[in-house]
Amino acid sequence: MLNLIVCVKQVPMVTELPWDEKRGTLRRDLAAGMMNPACKHALEAALQIKESRPAHITVITMGPPAAEEVLREALAMGADRGILIGDKLFAGSDTYATSFVLAQAIKKQCPDYDLILSGCYTSDSETAQVGPQLAEELDLPAAAYIEKIDITGRTLRVRRFVDNFRETLEMEFPALVTVAMENYQPRYTTLAGLERAFKEENIVSLSASSLGISFSTMDTHGSCTKVRKVFLRKAQKENIFLKGPAAIVVNEFLKNHEDKVSSAIGKDIKKEENDNG
Amino acid sequence: MGNQKSIWVFGDYRNYFQNRVTLQLISKACDLARRIDAEVCAVVIGHVVDEYIMEYTAHGADRILAVDHEILKNYSADTYLAVMENLVRERKPEIILIGATDFGREFAPRLAKRLKTGLSADCVGLDITDEGLLLQIAPSFGGNMLAEIVTPERRPQMATVRPGTFKEIPHNYERGALVERLPLITNLPGQRVRLVEYEKSAERQHTMENSSVIVCGGRGMGNRNNFKKLHELAKLLGGDVGATRPAVYAGWADHSALVGQAGRHIKPKILFSFGISGAIQHTAGVGEAKFIVAVNKNPQAAMMKMADVAIVADAGDVLNTFIKELKKRIRE
Repeated sequence: MLNLIVCVKQVPMVTELPWDEKRGTLRRDLAAGMMNPACKHALEAALQIKESRPAHITVITMGPPAAEEVLREALAMGADRGILIGDKLFAGSDTYATSFVLAQAIKKQCPDYDLILSGCYTSDSETAQVGPQLAEELDLPAAAYIEKIDITGRTLRVRRFVDNFRETLEMEFPALVTVAMENYQPRYTTLAGLERAFKEENIVSLSASSLGISFSTMDTHGSCTKVRKVFLRKAQKENIFLKGPAAIVVNEFLKNHEDKVSSAIGKDIKKEENDNG
Repeated sequence: MGNQKSIWVFGDYRNYFQNRVTLQLISKACDLARRIDAEVCAVVIGHVVDEYIMEYTAHGADRILAVDHEILKNYSADTYLAVMENLVRERKPEIILIGATDFGREFAPRLAKRLKTGLSADCVGLDITDEGLLLQIAPSFGGNMLAEIVTPERRPQMATVRPGTFKEIPHNYERGALVERLPLITNLPGQRVRLVEYEKSAERQHTMENSSVIVCGGRGMGNRNNFKKLHELAKLLGGDVGATRPAVYAGWADHSALVGQAGRHIKPKILFSFGISGAIQHTAGVGEAKFIVAVNKNPQAAMMKMADVAIVADAGDVLNTFIKELKKRIRE
């Protein structure tokens, strides 16, 4: 049986961004959360593997207690077990610290894994760094942005499209991949499935001490970067307003922007000189 | 190098001449170098790389470190990491800048982890703080927010930057640089990831994520028939149709067309937005559209405020007129 691990993250719904003005950080305790979309693609890839052969899927996340919700959602989608890592000591971790903590939990809870899957980036911090850094922590062969997975025996064959190259790569288990958004469209979670998942008891909670991580451990393995402040990005657009009957505004728009539209669509839409219509 | 501080730029030459991120980073590194009295050094790893050595010199590098060996002819994270790690440990640069190409995004985090240092991703601005630290300005939340990040203690300070963020310095082939050709390290690890096949291909599988034209519709389309016409427009433009959550809930569009935080993150060259108010769940997925044309009766709608061109009118009327006008104009 294949042992799969999927790393997921709860990200705040952007509708509600309660910022701690003083610290310039997000008060995740106040934000409504959801599963990071890219992580869902990774989970979908794992679920499709499980459909083709015997497999066990562990989903693992690090976050506040509320992050348990994304583990429940993952169970509802078809995962078998959830691991929630949470501790004040880990608050505000950058990718360097996060990948360290995830690695410790994996070594402790599921050391006999074959394949780790993660999303290709998160919608909140968007660094796309945790997957590759986790591969380093666990000293695994890895490939990012994979779009297709094939498994033969202990060999993993993946396909990806990177920097205008179509690549096919092979590696032996255990390995790590980050899954691109192009493929593996995540399945629906049914309401009944969700309800069932909230009754399940196969979620393990891990604190820093249960992982043998202390304050001084985080001194060495904790965050290397520091966020000084967070601010709203200023719009740099012209923001031109056109008003009037449809025929007039459409013509005005096309008159001023026909070059832009032509180049975007790769077709010429310029009015011919002798065309007065 | 003695005590001379050094800012390194990773020579990412895959797809050069189109990919000019390395030249753009060398230019930025020159700015930063003046502020902290450092030299700019480009690192070139690969096989038959003289062309790039010449280009990086002409575009502003003071020093080139080149490791040229047949074994390095294919881009491989495993081998390139080992070579780069070795160079950094030996020479201790202050800053390393890496282009956020697909390779760079996989390579940089692993390098940072090996070197036990911090990394910020996709910086849109780089500066030097009063204390002499690299100030890394990076986007978050679909580009709606920016964060100022520093790496206070660990070295090197590392950042990735997307292509097109900075401007390259015009080339000057009279310029000289100190070119050091270095031998391949003797303890190069075996490649655990085997490259079975690769082919250069400008075309990838078509998805909404890489579509250059997107037509999006929201609640303001009013009904299913109006929404259907978006497909007609998209077809004329050679683009795809996206939808907001209300339009998906109304059954006008499939869930796979959902654009936004919980759906697709699009980055078209041009986005036409019809009858969309611009709730942040939706706009979080369109922040990277290069040019936005929004049509809405309500000039106060958030989508109108983030548009390059905001057309205050009935979305259905404008859509019909636009389709009619385009049919007259489009010549293949």
